[in-house]
Amino acid sequence: MLPDAIKNSEYYEKFIAYKDKVLALGNDSLEKTLAIALSLCLLCSILVSIAAVALKPLQIDNKSFDMKKNILDVAGLLEEGIDVDQAFSAQIEEKLVDIETGDYVEGIDPKDYDQRKAAKDPAQSIAIPPEKDIAHIRTKAKLAKVYLVKKDSAIQSIILPVSGYGLWSTLYGFLAVANDGQTVQSINFYDQAETPGLGGEVVNPKWRALWNGKKIYNESGDPALGLIKGVVDNSKPGSEFQVDGLAGATLTSTGVTNLVKYWMSNEGFAPYLNKIKSGSEG
Amino acid sequence: MSAVLDNDVKNSILNEETKKVLTAPLINNNPITLQVLGICSALAVTSQMSTSLIMALALTSVTACSSAAISAIRNHIPGSIRIIVQMIIIASLVIVVDQILKAFAYDVSKKLSVFVGLIITNCIVMGRAEAYAMKNPPLASFMDGIGNGLGYSLILVIVAFFRETLGSGKLLGFEVFQLVKDGGWYEPNGLMLLPPSAFFIIGLIIWVFRQIKPNQREKADFKIMPIAHGEGGHH
Repeated sequence: MLPDAIKNSEYYEKFIAYKDKVLALGNDSLEKTLAIALSLCLLCSILVSIAAVALKPLQIDNKSFDMKKNILDVAGLLEEGIDVDQAFSAQIEEKLVDIETGDYVEGIDPKDYDQRKAAKDPAQSIAIPPEKDIAHIRTKAKLAKVYLVKKDSAIQSIILPVSGYGLWSTLYGFLAVANDGQTVQSINFYDQAETPGLGGEVVNPKWRALWNGKKIYNESGDPALGLIKGVVDNSKPGSEFQVDGLAGATLTSTGVTNLVKYWMSNEGFAPYLNKIKSGSEG
Repeated sequence: MSAVLDNDVKNSILNEETKKVLTAPLINNNPITLQVLGICSALAVTSQMSTSLIMALALTSVTACSSAAISAIRNHIPGSIRIIVQMIIIASLVIVVDQILKAFAYDVSKKLSVFVGLIITNCIVMGRAEAYAMKNPPLASFMDGIGNGLGYSLILVIVAFFRETLGSGKLLGFEVFQLVKDGGWYEPNGLMLLPPSAFFIIGLIIWVFRQIKPNQREKADFKIMPIAHGEGGHH
């Protein structure tokens, strides 16, 4: 099994001799205990490293494929049997936005930027004061990664990353907003661990479809969109700011309302959306 | 060499002991219902059939491989670090399984999240290492691991079947009962989606098992005697 060069070396012979000596020792001798512990740790770490390193490329592909699928889904471009990678690169443009000013940031490749990692890095994030932290996320990244869906170089929709605490978990998702910076097209949570069947229904396509056409800002320009208890009566005024609450999941519903309010406020994407509306960015 | 090995393999696959370690843990000595081990993950991952199946597969392979590995070096494990040695082997295998799931079954691994990692602390895996693999040869230990993994899987599948059908009207994602919110007749039972429902279902399974096999019933620690007249105590 081993190449001859190793077999013939003097270290190999020494190793074999030592192995035989140790294995012949009593199980409770100190030397054998140490030797067994060391060699077992070495073997196991080799096994784990091989698995981690060899499978890493596949895992990274899975992750980015999953992310692209979610972005296409929230953009309404995900169809059965399409080539996800090709559809993503053809129709979607990634951009970095300075969260405080709302300006685009050039010079960093958005592909290499991980907003969730940045939010945890003190050098790349901003601490949110507790009284403003309605989404309970503690920190936000200085730069946000947004996705633009363009058709003939005109923006069709803007996909904004949002996150906030629900009942058990931080929900991570995307909100797709039309180019008027006011109308919601879709919402999609790609990472959450809410109760399956109750709060976990945030991923239900029927519930997500209710968001289509809802408005974000009221007349005074404040974010007003949120979930209500029960079913929305579409004939009543103000229903354009309301989405059905999730049955049996009051805390998840509150969490979703808070995270939308937070990320659409001046703390979040309002400065950026205002620039889009006024046409100074595109 | 290979002929000898073939004979060895054949003998140990066909012999009585192998049959016993493979089938006994299904009903007669089920790790969940009789030994009441591994309950934590049985509560956590059984709200859907797909996650239960992957979890069952992951646990079965870890139990089998760790038992075989521990058994292979059982004569050289120093007594003072016995448990640590077992844990290192189990933990390494669990990490490998977790990595494989992340690479080949990404969606399910996302749903299982930490519970794959928690196989490390699953009492079934360590219980088999300590109770069987430390005293028996590798192949028998491997079969014992498979058998106990299957016993665990059986309960997981039964629990997941009831929880997914009654809780969300689906099985493996396919519609079984049409829900009221989708225009059907079935109002799903929200309790079934929460971990406590698995407690009830496992309790019922244990009751059914012990009803069919009375020898599984635990003997009472003491017998309650009727109080004889006049020995009432203080008033």
